[in-house]
Amino acid sequence: MQTKFSVEIGKLKLNNPVLAASGTFGYAEEFKDFMDLRKLGAIVTKTLTLKPRQGNPAPRTCETPAGLLNSIGLENPGLEIFIQDKLPFLKKIGIPIIMSIASEEESLEFLELVSRINLIKEVVAVELNISCPNVQGRSNLISQDAESTYKIVQEVRKITDKVLITKLSPNVTSIGAIAEAAEKAGSDAVALINTLGGMSIDVEQRKPKVAAGIAGLSGPAIRPVAVRMVWEVFNKVKIPIIGMGGIMDVSSALEFIIAGATAVSIGTANFINPKISAEIVSGLKEYLTRNKIADIQDLTGSLKICSQR
Amino acid sequence: MKNFQLKAKILAQTRIKDNYWRCELSAPQIAKNALAGQFINIRVNDGLDPLLRRPLSIHGARGSKIKIFYKVVGKATEILAQKKVGEMLDILGPLGSGFTYPQPAARRSPPPILVAGGMGVAPLIFLAEKLRGVKTTVLIGAKTKGQLLCAWEFKKSGCAVKIATDDGSSGFKGRVSDLLKNLLSASGPSSQPIYACGPKPMLRAVADIANVCGIPAQLSLEEHMSCGIGACLGCVVRTKDGLKRVCKEGPVFLAKDLIW
Repeated sequence: MQTKFSVEIGKLKLNNPVLAASGTFGYAEEFKDFMDLRKLGAIVTKTLTLKPRQGNPAPRTCETPAGLLNSIGLENPGLEIFIQDKLPFLKKIGIPIIMSIASEEESLEFLELVSRINLIKEVVAVELNISCPNVQGRSNLISQDAESTYKIVQEVRKITDKVLITKLSPNVTSIGAIAEAAEKAGSDAVALINTLGGMSIDVEQRKPKVAAGIAGLSGPAIRPVAVRMVWEVFNKVKIPIIGMGGIMDVSSALEFIIAGATAVSIGTANFINPKISAEIVSGLKEYLTRNKIADIQDLTGSLKICSQR
Repeated sequence: MKNFQLKAKILAQTRIKDNYWRCELSAPQIAKNALAGQFINIRVNDGLDPLLRRPLSIHGARGSKIKIFYKVVGKATEILAQKKVGEMLDILGPLGSGFTYPQPAARRSPPPILVAGGMGVAPLIFLAEKLRGVKTTVLIGAKTKGQLLCAWEFKKSGCAVKIATDDGSSGFKGRVSDLLKNLLSASGPSSQPIYACGPKPMLRAVADIANVCGIPAQLSLEEHMSCGIGACLGCVVRTKDGLKRVCKEGPVFLAKDLIW
């Protein structure tokens, strides 16, 4: 039986539904010794801003039960140096590149970034990171407010034909409402979840273990929250969902797909096993064959709800 | 330099004393390529606790084998110490930049001084081995005589060993950085390169001494790492040239470049 393994995110066709999540895969070069990068469906870059950003003071990460707290603070070399130093390697791989971008000055910077990215033909999609919890001086994230989300997505939509993905924060009351706003504003897809706000304390010193204090939690600890949110969003919007949050293996990737994700992103697991994405790709194929599923897209949102007695 | 992920068989696992262990692994690709100062990143089990790998210095490499030297300080090292000969460990390496040292053919440079504090002996033993044939001096610091590590191994590599203990139970009474200062002031103007590894306050003191004397010093830093391969940007330090990743551009940095 021929199984169909490719998926569509807007007009973007991916050979398989497994992506490397932003911020956990550097600019891909860091992983070249450990896996065949062409096995990935797409690579989402570490978030870029217009100007270089130094990020937050160290210590920036700390391990928690089945999780990882981080407050990197969007350290990145800025768009120009990215284009000069990092993009050439990414282009050579030959799989779709999705550029994650964030703004320090709200919409103006997003628009400037996107107008520059419009000129890079190898970048097929833009992920709007409006959900990074680690940027100082911003108490509210854009993605914590449906109206702000709508506004920024709509503005960006007006100026680009690239596939537009909106990355959502789990630190909200109703993620479905935010996803709806992104869809209404013309986003081609939503990616969720970004990290969950968290904190860990060194009790001897009475100091936070991550210098910034509040940080973002990732890893298997947040997976049930992420799967639930994918399910909620799946029931609210029609655009594809890129699901993520603590995927460690094939079975956890499948949870997201069954809950409604068209594609999945691998994040923290890359730190633990740098070739995990390739292993998940072959594991998913094996699952489809074993269960005689002809098209991976048939699995998306195929959750069987327990009938009420 | 190319990195590898491999399943390494444990060939030997020896308790040196107290909580200190030495472990020998079969890791041909890593052994062949390893530089002193580089490290491996170990996954001690397949479960979620601990979730992340743990970085450990390469303590030696010969033929197809590498050695690590570790102290049991938490859950991950506890699990590691329970591993038996014949079990496999998932490791990444050789990671990081390593020390820069003269190759055997070009050893006309002044003899180096190694400064080790506590577990800082781990990578410096490997360096001493690489420097065999050079009149290396090693200064080892510990809290007490009982906590001194690897003095015999350094001697075996042909190093002259000097000791500093906080309580004076062996050698110089005081900090190993003060022992270094005394040594340098006794020998007059020196251009002996310094290689150091140990706790941060010790490294900072060594850096200050080296910078004042205008001596090149290479320091091996330790930081919490989440990935060990340069992806997460968690382990950065401040340098004159901006932030650098301890796991990638480091763990070895020049003292004159660091901002403390």
